[in-house]
Amino acid sequence: MRNTFTTKFLLVLALFVGQFTFASDSDEKTEEHGKDLKTEIKEYITHHLQDSHDFSLFSYTDENGEHKYIGFPLPVILWDEGLKVFSSSKFHHGETLAEVDGNYYKLYHSKIYKTDAEGTINYDEEHHATNIKPIDFSITKNVVMIIITGLLMLWLFTSLAKSYAKNGSIPTGAGRFFEPIILYIRDDIARPNIGEKRYNKYMPFLLTVFFFIWFLNIFGLTPLGVNVTGNIAVTVSLALITFLITNFTGTKDYWKHQFDPLGDSLPWYGKILLYIILVPIELLGLIIKPFSLLIRLYANMQAGHIVLMSLIGLMFIFKSWLGSPLSFGLAFAISLIEVLVALLQAYIFTMLSALYFGFASEEHEHEHEHEAELSH
Amino acid sequence: MEKLLEEFSLGLFFWQTLLFLLLFFLLWRFAWKPILKAVSDREDGIKDALAAAEDAKKEMQNVTADSEKLLKEARGERETMLKEAREIKEKMIADAKEQAQVEGNKMMKQAQAAIESEKKAAVADIKAQVANLSVDIAEKVIKEELSDKKKQLKLVDDMLGDIKLN
Repeated sequence: MRNTFTTKFLLVLALFVGQFTFASDSDEKTEEHGKDLKTEIKEYITHHLQDSHDFSLFSYTDENGEHKYIGFPLPVILWDEGLKVFSSSKFHHGETLAEVDGNYYKLYHSKIYKTDAEGTINYDEEHHATNIKPIDFSITKNVVMIIITGLLMLWLFTSLAKSYAKNGSIPTGAGRFFEPIILYIRDDIARPNIGEKRYNKYMPFLLTVFFFIWFLNIFGLTPLGVNVTGNIAVTVSLALITFLITNFTGTKDYWKHQFDPLGDSLPWYGKILLYIILVPIELLGLIIKPFSLLIRLYANMQAGHIVLMSLIGLMFIFKSWLGSPLSFGLAFAISLIEVLVALLQAYIFTMLSALYFGFASEEHEHEHEHEAELSH
Repeated sequence: MEKLLEEFSLGLFFWQTLLFLLLFFLLWRFAWKPILKAVSDREDGIKDALAAAEDAKKEMQNVTADSEKLLKEARGERETMLKEAREIKEKMIADAKEQAQVEGNKMMKQAQAAIESEKKAAVADIKAQVANLSVDIAEKVIKEELSDKKKQLKLVDDMLGDIKLN
């Protein structure tokens, strides 16, 4: 059954590849237009992956060739020799300059640059804009999504907390779905990794970070078109908090282990040579751990969005009876996988955070056990 | 790496950190704390209930064991009481028999003694009557005999002869 399905699938794939190569060979005339579409899709994807200063759901080109955006503008907050607050509608999606208190600002590749009255952007040799970038504290699309997610979480979990008091320790409604997840994080992530004695201290952070990442990942798959967890600033912030909690709750043993990893197993004169290499590695490990967290989450979500959007874009590039449905099917399959990845990445981030907290709050007896195991 | 740095937005970082920490503390205070407390309370409740059920079961077993023991004891006691009663009965019967025998013997002896003394008295009475009668008879006989001198003398002789013979 499965084999015949695979064969059919391969056959369809072969046909589709054939069609594709045939189409690209023969249609010399549409080449120009196709390239346009390709670059447009590419730009669209790049634009989507970035944060934006207005909340637009989609855009279209009307009969006059004018770009119309459906959505609403967001407040722009700049620090440029004083606080400047104005609506992002002034930019007209990067088409016009915004004039505030005699200064001109231009939205260029989703970044705000300070320009002269004509809006000229100066470039260096590598085609990077050299204009002054004022510090941008705008309420962007991602910030709006973070606020929405935060409010959703507050509403969901405070009502779950209240339902216990009302209903005699039994959750109601959505709580029935979320309570097992909370219990899973407690019993299968926090307890085994941190230990029975100390896990309670870290539970609020683990729960918050898990649901925060999961909800934002899921929002990223909706047609809202947000990419919050695939934004490096967001993952840096999350990983930084994990890093700070790890090191501020670290026990004496943890710090001793950082600077004296071999302990009493070697005399001091033996350690000196080893420690010239070992201690920097251990200290580097402190940074690498949260760094791997932030890169993993960022790269996974970013990659998921790129793959999904590229497949959707393929539908418009193929414009054939076979290619478009096939890429639709692929996009559908990938989006199902992305739902799984959304949960998985939240789980991995939480799991690894718990693991690092576990290392940091390790107890002395445990350390000795570990050493005993090593010496065997 | 350069692309990453270029993509990094300080504003978003600022808002993310601020909002996340705010969310974290609000959820900690108003959601996770009560939720985790409610859940662990419930678990403790279940644990306690199970332990209580186990205790009740043990107690029940103890109670049944106790009552069985009591029943056994009562049965044993009844047995011993019955045994004792039987023994007492037997002893009483035996005692009564013995006493009756003793009493009977005593009465028999008394009766025998009475009979003996009665017999003695009767014999003595008879003896006295016989003596009186014989005296009376002898008187009459003598009176008659002595009416004649010759006979008197003869009698004296006979009597004297008798005495010698005695």
